[in-house]
Amino acid sequence: MSTTQLNVVLADDDEDDRMLFVEAIDEISIKTELSLFNHGQELMDYLTLPNALMPNLIFLDLNMPIKNGLQCLKEIRENPKLKDLCVAIYSTSSSEKDIEETFLNGANIYVNKPHSFSKLRDVVEKVLQLNWQYHTSNLNKDTFLFRI
Amino acid sequence: MKLFVKYDFDTLCKNFVSEHLDALDISYTIHSVNEVTVNGDLNDNKYKTLTTALQKYGIEILTNQKSTLVERIKHAIDCMLKDEKSKHLKLSSYLADTLNYSYTYLSTVFSENTYTSIENYAILRKVDLAKEFMCNTNLTLTEIAYRLNYSSVAHLSGQFKKTTGLTPSAFINIMKKKKQYKIQ
Repeated sequence: MSTTQLNVVLADDDEDDRMLFVEAIDEISIKTELSLFNHGQELMDYLTLPNALMPNLIFLDLNMPIKNGLQCLKEIRENPKLKDLCVAIYSTSSSEKDIEETFLNGANIYVNKPHSFSKLRDVVEKVLQLNWQYHTSNLNKDTFLFRI
Repeated sequence: MKLFVKYDFDTLCKNFVSEHLDALDISYTIHSVNEVTVNGDLNDNKYKTLTTALQKYGIEILTNQKSTLVERIKHAIDCMLKDEKSKHLKLSSYLADTLNYSYTYLSTVFSENTYTSIENYAILRKVDLAKEFMCNTNLTLTEIAYRLNYSSVAHLSGQFKKTTGLTPSAFINIMKKKKQYKIQ
């Protein structure tokens, strides 16, 4: 079990945010393979490749050029091959409207980007742990809904 | 027309596994959803056919003793939470008694293999059951709190909010809207 690794992807247009995320993942004990994408379209192009390795968890920034996070989320939920993927929204926005809209469109976890690195590491670790439990246990995925 | 159905995973899995074992003419006893004793030995051929048949449906035959124990712990937690008679017991002594290992050993094996502790997993599972009650039944929070052995609604709400980041009412609200959203 602990030999299995989690495949995680992050789509975020901000280079600094991506770097910090990589560092946070490096410090976490859960074995993770992380792939990065600069914006939503790049992520969708990858996911719809015929032989793409399906991630166990997708972190989606909301505000991105070309294709934003909400559009990606909708496309993921509408695609039969992708609809069961676990999606965490990773955004600076804490507006109730954004949170509700993403949940209604099928987001599993809503994460507010923390302001400090140590908090970021804790938050990412919490999300990965949660996802791990859903990945390996008999928990109900229909009600997989968390705000962190 | 839209039909809403409720699944009972335990029955589903047990029946499913039995059908496959019957089909291969294997004599067996099912103890719990996660444990089957096969009378006698299985030849390689049958073992392979069974593995492939079950794999297609996401059922895996566990070969690692420790991960088997983790599954048994999870199953025991499920049984305890769902059983009227055992839900008042202390989790640590219930697990030690049911599984016949010391709690220290169980908790070490569990933490080493799951990135979480037995206590935290049990809380997550309890909250998961609370979510299920909130979505699929008309039970009030008071009734849900009682069924899951919380001392009060406040205790349920507090643990729910701490675990999911949402209050029970915010969660219920989102799930209701989500249902309507899908139907439209």
